[in-house]
Amino acid sequence: MPLWKIAWRSIQHRAVASALTAFSMALGVALVVAVLVIYHVLDRSFRRSSQGYDMIVGPAKGSPLEIVLSTVYYLQAPRGTIPYEIYEELSHGRFATEVAAAIPVCIGGSYAGFPVVGTVPELFEEFRYLGDRPYEFEPGGRNFSPDAPFEAVIGATVARRAGLRVGDTFRVTHGLAEQGGHEHPDEFTIVGVLKPTGTPNDRALFVNIEGFWKLHQHDARHGKASEEEESVNPMDGDGDEATSETEAHDENHRELTAVLVKRDWTNSAKALALPMQVSKEPGVQSVIPTEEVAKLFEGLLGNIQTILLIFAVLIVVVAGIGLMVSIYNSMNERKLEIAIMRALGAKRSTVMAVILLESILLSLGGGAIGVLLGHGLIGAFSGVILEETGVRVSALSFQTVELILVPGLIILASVVGYLPALVAYRTDVAKAIASGV
Amino acid sequence: MVFPQDESPLLVLRDVRKSFQEPDGGELPILDIPEFTVEAGEQVVIVGESGCGKTTLLHIIAGISRPDEGQVRINGWDITLLSEAECDRFRAENIGYVFQTFNLLPAFTALENVLLGMTFGRGKPDVARAKHLLERVGLAHRMHHKPRQLSVGEQQRVSVARALANRPKLILADEPTANVDSGNQQAVLDLLREGCREENVALILVTHSPEVARQFPRIVRLPDINLVLTRK
Ligand SMILES: Nc1ncnc2c1ncn2[C@@H]1O[C@H](COP(=O)(O)OP(=O)(O)O)[C@@H](O)[C@H]1O
Ligand SMILES: [Mg+2]
Repeated sequence: MPLWKIAWRSIQHRAVASALTAFSMALGVALVVAVLVIYHVLDRSFRRSSQGYDMIVGPAKGSPLEIVLSTVYYLQAPRGTIPYEIYEELSHGRFATEVAAAIPVCIGGSYAGFPVVGTVPELFEEFRYLGDRPYEFEPGGRNFSPDAPFEAVIGATVARRAGLRVGDTFRVTHGLAEQGGHEHPDEFTIVGVLKPTGTPNDRALFVNIEGFWKLHQHDARHGKASEEEESVNPMDGDGDEATSETEAHDENHRELTAVLVKRDWTNSAKALALPMQVSKEPGVQSVIPTEEVAKLFEGLLGNIQTILLIFAVLIVVVAGIGLMVSIYNSMNERKLEIAIMRALGAKRSTVMAVILLESILLSLGGGAIGVLLGHGLIGAFSGVILEETGVRVSALSFQTVELILVPGLIILASVVGYLPALVAYRTDVAKAIASGV
Repeated sequence: MVFPQDESPLLVLRDVRKSFQEPDGGELPILDIPEFTVEAGEQVVIVGESGCGKTTLLHIIAGISRPDEGQVRINGWDITLLSEAECDRFRAENIGYVFQTFNLLPAFTALENVLLGMTFGRGKPDVARAKHLLERVGLAHRMHHKPRQLSVGEQQRVSVARALANRPKLILADEPTANVDSGNQQAVLDLLREGCREENVALILVTHSPEVARQFPRIVRLPDINLVLTRK
């Protein structure tokens, strides 16, 4: 009979105690797995710049990170607008040779709590999301036409949550509705619903920038240019910028909050220098989203992951100590069993190995349950995570770092199993038999 | 150095002495055996007062305890010269042991307990032989029962099967029927003796029951082991 089977029989024999210790081990390991997987999935999806934006030119005020948070993740309002001329320089002016595509965007307003992005249809043709995937529309839908100013396409989450379909119309709210924001009377017609991308674009509505500008002209005609309207984003309430933006409004309604740039890499030295060159222009700065996100990630989330990992590992260690106490407590009643095995010719080292194996089997068994539990939890919450963050995770998002659990648990089990195993090693056969009879 | 000697008896004890430390620090001599031999396949019963050292003697023969001095030769090998691990190995391959009670590991079925008797030696566990031995002791229908589902008599029969499992040269039985109900005592004893005879295994059995002792061809009384009471 192999030794692991002998160990397994003792585990079965003390089923309740074994199940409890394995379960506490499972909880600890599940936490470790959850922390590892969530961190790595976030890290990966952030780093590859989910929507595929290579470089962003945004307003000079505010930090580069704010441009990324507002333009890529729609998590805050843009800190202002940029001169339309910079778009012209990028698309067919001084910078055009280093630029493969320049997409103007104007982010502002909302519908049903989702941000509205004014842009051009090329956005969905020039960029690839999550590395190399082209944007696609659900059957029956299409991209909006550059010649139809009031056409729009919407992200998958918006369609589901707001119950919008192709053919439906919506009005853009400027400012938060409940805080007295107003609706523009002009309606946009939805001509396409984007297939789910697992990126923040699932949670946005994209309208033709021409129509978007027309909303503002409309407001201007009716003398409604006011502080609340200036607030181009529902989350923005910064009144100080009202004056300057209203001025920009009046003289030129073609306002932009950013330009999304795809660089032309035929001359890679020039392409690399482009962000610096563009940043020299007045009123703008350029950012490389992946760099900003990587900085944010390492500075902030890296520490959080370390702290969470330390806690999770501590829970595993505590579970290991529970395992030691459980096996150690059973050693008294098992001295006779050990003596019998010795009388059958088992060596000291063999009975010691049986106890160590018991500890290892319980740890690995609990660990395996913990891995399933951890991934099960991730799977169970993947829908929520996708909707709330636009990050796609799955129960099968296994990480290679999880393999560390195998040697890690074996080492832990050997350390905590050592003390009870030593009791087995030192058992005096003659005495144990005498006391057993 | 130990030299296997084919012509000598299976078991030879020579000048074996064993004493235990008393709580007050003094030495309490338990065993003093100038010579004791058992031939291959022989069946010997050991009788004596409680506390006279019968169990201690079996432990010394099994290599579980070491004598203070003297030789213990089994099949020519002086096991007192072996390292502990070698001694364990030697026991696994050459000696079967039956205790008075609590012989079986509670976590294992009857069949697995018999297989355990073959686990620590050199050979591979032989399931067919284990089943055959359990059938031989009348437990064909109890193979997959755990010890607590068996009567004491049945447990002792499993122990007999396990002691025979690894084809030992010698079986040591320490009052194997003392806790068995009187109806089953004779059955267990018969199975043990017949099993040893069939497989040509020597048997040293300790008892304090005169009825049991009477059935053996050779009775040895402790502490005066050289005083052979009967030798048919
Ligand atoms: N480990 C030990 N330490 C001290 N005394 C012991 C030890 N083992 C046995 N003894 C003593 O040795 C004597 C013989 O014990 P034992 O061999 O078990 O006798 P028996 O089996 O004949 O009843 C007893 O007096 C017992 O108390
Ligand atoms: Mg005794």
